[in-house]
Amino acid sequence: MKKGHIIGLGIIAIAIVIIMTSIGDASSYESFETALEMKQDGENKAIHVVGHLKKDANGEVTGLNVREDKVSFTFLLVDNEGNEQEVFYNEPVPADFTRSESVVVIGAYKNDEIFVADKILMKCPSKYQETTVQSAGM
Amino acid sequence: MINTFIGNLGHFMTIVAFVSALVTAYAYIQYFKANEIEKASWKRFSRISFYVHGAASVTIALSLFEIIYNHRFEYFYSYSHSSKALPVHYMISSFWEGQEGAFILWIFWNVVLGVILINTNKFWEAPVMVVFALVQAFLVSMIMGVVIGDLKLGSSPFILLRDATVAPIFEMNPDFVPEDGTGLNPLLQNIWMVIHPPTLFLGYASTLVPFAFLIGGLVTKKYSEWIRPALPWAIFSAMILGMGIIMGAYWAYVTLNFGGYWNWDPVENAVYVPWLILVASIHTMITFKKSATALKTSIVLVILTFILVLYATFLVRSGVLGDASVHSFTDLGLSGQLLIYMLFFLFIAIFLAARAWKHIPTSEKEASVYSREFWVFIGATTLALMAFQVILPTSIPVWNAIVESFGGISNMAPPADQIEFYTKFQLWFAVALALLTAVGQYFWWQKIDKKALKDALLTPYIISVLISAAIIVFAKVYDWKYIIVVLAGTFTIVANSVILAKILKKSTFKLAGGSLAHIGLGMVLIGIMFSSGYSDVISINMSGLTYSNSWEDELNKEHVLLWINKPTQMKDYTVIYRGRQKKVVGVPEYVPAKILESTGVVNEAIALEDYKDHFKKGETVKIVLEENDYFKIDYMQNEVMQFSLNPMSQFNEGMGGLISSPDSKIYLDKDLYTYVAAMNDHSDPDWKEDEMYEVAPGEQFHVADFVTYFDGAEVLKELEGYTLQEGDVAVKAKLRILDYDVEKVMEPTFIIRNNQVGKMPVVDEELGLKISLENILPEQNKFVFKVNQYQKDYVVMKAIVKPYINVLWIGTIIMLTGFSVAIFRRFDEFKKMRDKGLE
Repeated sequence: MKKGHIIGLGIIAIAIVIIMTSIGDASSYESFETALEMKQDGENKAIHVVGHLKKDANGEVTGLNVREDKVSFTFLLVDNEGNEQEVFYNEPVPADFTRSESVVVIGAYKNDEIFVADKILMKCPSKYQETTVQSAGM
Repeated sequence: MINTFIGNLGHFMTIVAFVSALVTAYAYIQYFKANEIEKASWKRFSRISFYVHGAASVTIALSLFEIIYNHRFEYFYSYSHSSKALPVHYMISSFWEGQEGAFILWIFWNVVLGVILINTNKFWEAPVMVVFALVQAFLVSMIMGVVIGDLKLGSSPFILLRDATVAPIFEMNPDFVPEDGTGLNPLLQNIWMVIHPPTLFLGYASTLVPFAFLIGGLVTKKYSEWIRPALPWAIFSAMILGMGIIMGAYWAYVTLNFGGYWNWDPVENAVYVPWLILVASIHTMITFKKSATALKTSIVLVILTFILVLYATFLVRSGVLGDASVHSFTDLGLSGQLLIYMLFFLFIAIFLAARAWKHIPTSEKEASVYSREFWVFIGATTLALMAFQVILPTSIPVWNAIVESFGGISNMAPPADQIEFYTKFQLWFAVALALLTAVGQYFWWQKIDKKALKDALLTPYIISVLISAAIIVFAKVYDWKYIIVVLAGTFTIVANSVILAKILKKSTFKLAGGSLAHIGLGMVLIGIMFSSGYSDVISINMSGLTYSNSWEDELNKEHVLLWINKPTQMKDYTVIYRGRQKKVVGVPEYVPAKILESTGVVNEAIALEDYKDHFKKGETVKIVLEENDYFKIDYMQNEVMQFSLNPMSQFNEGMGGLISSPDSKIYLDKDLYTYVAAMNDHSDPDWKEDEMYEVAPGEQFHVADFVTYFDGAEVLKELEGYTLQEGDVAVKAKLRILDYDVEKVMEPTFIIRNNQVGKMPVVDEELGLKISLENILPEQNKFVFKVNQYQKDYVVMKAIVKPYINVLWIGTIIMLTGFSVAIFRRFDEFKKMRDKGLE
C-alpha cells in the first residue's frame, strides 16, 4: 500500500469520527413531555426546549421567583405544546428577560419536578431591527 | 419636512452601480476576446465602466451616511439604527449596524480592490475584473429594493419610514418625521465596533482576489501561472481576516458579558472556518511555487475559501440560524438571493475546474516523509479537518431547514455546551499544528534526512522541554492536557525562533514571515490555554443562604450580590459597591450620578453640587450617552483601597432593555474581568407602607436598619424653587443617616400657609428611602417623620481572573506581523515577474 493511501484512510477515519461525534453530541429540540420521558429513561443529555413565559390575564409575567441573594431564580415556561414547567437557572435574571417573546432553555430535568437550564437564549421583540414605530419616538 | 432627494439619489445610484457592473463584466469579456486593434478601445471602455460603477458605489455610501449624519429620521435606516445622542464615531457604527450598510461596505471594498488590481496588473486585468464585476452585480442586487411583479430584489436602505412601517400617524400626516431615532445597539457603541466591521469586510472582500485569479487562470488555460499574482493577495486576505477575527474577539471581550473572547457562536464560526481554509491554501500555494506539487489541492482550497465566505454570509444573514445564535439577524428576505449568489459561483468554479482538471499539471512522484511537501500537506489537511469539525455542527440549522423543506421533521439542535464540544477537537488539532510547524520549518529551509533532522531538532527540543518545565512549575499547570499544550506551544516557539535567528543571520528579514507567524501561533495557543483553561471565577457567592432544594445548595453560585456601601469578601479582595456614575464631557473621571439631574434635553444635566474643579452647582453639563451608568466598585486589600472598576450598563428602551459591558483591571500577567449581571431598577419604585417616627431633636433612632441622628430643625427664610409669602412658616429638619462608612444628610421640609400644610419629602435612591416631615408637636418638642422604604441600591456582579491573556494578544500581533512580512515578499516576486513582461 502506498503512503498516500494510508494518509487518505487516516483522513477518512478522522472525518468519520468528527461526523459521528457531531451527531452524537448534537442536542435536540424537545417538548417538556418528551424531555421528562428522556430523563425517566435515564438519559441526562442537555436538550433544547422552546417556549414562552407564563403570563396572567393582564399580560404580566407570573411565576418568576428570584432567590433572596438574587444570583439565581426559577420561572414558569410554557412550551410550544402548552406544557407548563418550573425552570431553575443558576444565574441572575437577564435584564430583558420578562420582555422576551420566546425563550429557549438548554438543560435537563433535575428531578421530576424541576428543569434546570444551563443556558437561556431569548428572542426579544426589538433587538436588531425595528418593525414598528414606537410611541416614544413620536 | 421630508427630504426625498438624498434617498432618491442613493436609490438611483444603486441602479447605476448594478447596471454598470453588468456592463463592466460584458466589456471586459469583449476586451479579452478582442483583436489587437480593438483591444485598446475596449480596455478604455471597460475601465471607464468600472470607474462609473466605483463612483456610483461611493455615492451610495455617502448618501446613506448623509442620512445618518444629518439625523434624517424620515428614513427607516436612520430611524432604526441611529439617534441624536450618538457621537459622530458611533454614527459610523450605525452605518453598518444594518445589513444593507454591511453590504455597502463590502461593495465599497471590492471597488477599492478592483481599482488596485486594474492598476497593478497587465495580463490579468480582464479575466480578474470579469469575476469582480459579476460579484459586484450580485452584491449591489442585495440593496436594490426593486420589486418586479412578485419578486422582491434586495432590501434598500433608502426607504422612507412611512413606507417601511404601518403606523396610524402616517395616515394623519404623511410628512411626519420622528423627533429621534431608536438608537444604536449599545453593544455596538464601542470603538472596536467602529473598526472591526470594515476590517472583517475587507477580509471577506479580499478572498475574492485569489478566487478571481484562479477563475481567470482556468479560463485562460494558465493553470499554474495564476498562483504568483494570487499569493500575495491570499496572504493579505488571511492577514486582514485574521485581524478582523481578533478584533471581534477583543470587542466581545471588552463589551459583551459572556465572560470571554470566543464563544463558538455560529457567527464566529462562520468567519473562523474560511480563515482556516484560506491559511491552508496559502501553504499549498507556497509549496507549489517551490516544488510544483499541490496545485490541484490549492485550486480546491481557493475555491472552498471563497465559497465558504459566501456560505458564512448566507448563514449569518439569511435568518436560517434563528434560535441557534445570540447574534440574531432578522431575515430581510434575502435568503433566496444569497443562495443563488453562492450557488452561481460554486457551479462556475466547479465547472471550470472540472473542465480543466485533466490538463492541470501534477507531480507523479510520491512525496517522501523527509520532504517539506509532505509536512505542508499534512498541515493543510489538519487545517481542513479543523474547519470541517466546526462547520458541520454549525450547519445543523441548515440541515433542519433542508429536511423541513422536503416536508420532514428534524429536531436536531447544536451541541448544548458548545465550548466543551469544540474545544475537545480544536485543542488537539491546534497542538498537532504547532508540532507540524516546528518540524515543517526545518524541512522548509534545508534538505534533510533522518539523522540531520534528529540533530536539528534535538537542541530546540531540549530547550523547549526546559522552558515548559519552568512554565509548568511556576504557573502550576498540573492538568496533563494543558501540559501537552504548553509543550507543543513552547516547542513551536523555540524551533521557529531558531529558524528565525538563522534566516536573519544568513539573509534578510523579508523571508522571516513564516517563522514569525508560527511563533505567534505558539503564543496564541499558550495564551488561550491559560486564559480559558485557568480562568477563575472569584465572585463565588458566600451569602450562606440555604435553599429549599438540597441539590441547589451544592451548585456554585458564580455571582455576588453587592449592596451599596456594604463591604463583601471576594477571594483576596474586599469589594464595595459605591453607586452609579455618569461620563461627563470634559471630565476625565466618572461623575456620581446622584449629583446630576436631567434637564429633559438629551445628554444634558444640571449639577446639584460642585464637583472638584470641573463644574459648580447649578451649571449645565453635557453627558456622554446619558443612558450609560457606570457602577463604581472599589477593590480593597487589607483595608487599603487598591483600585476601582467601573463596569457599565445601559438601559435602552428601544433595544430591548438592559445591556451591560465589563470593565477589567489589566495586569501584566492577568486580567481581572468584572461585569454587572443584574441591578436595582429604581425608575418606578414600589414604596412599602408608611412607618411613622416621633423623634425629639438630638435624638438617635433607627430608620430601617440605618442608624439615624435627628440633629434638629430650622425655620427657613427662603426656600429654593419656592416663594415664601407673608405669614408662611417653613421648617427644615436635618437627619443624618449612617450606612456603613457613609453618612448621608436628608432634609425634609414642612410648610404652613393659611393653615394648610405642605410637605416636601426627600428621596434617597441609593438607600431606597423616602422621608417626609409629617407634623411638628411643639408641646412635646417632637417631630413626626413618615418613612417609606423601597430597596437599597445593589448590583449583582461576576468577577473572573484570566491569567496570561496578554500572551494571546501579543501572539496574535506577532502572527499578523509575520503575515505582513510575507505579503511584501510575495508581492515583490510578482512585481519582478510582471515588470519583466512575463505576466
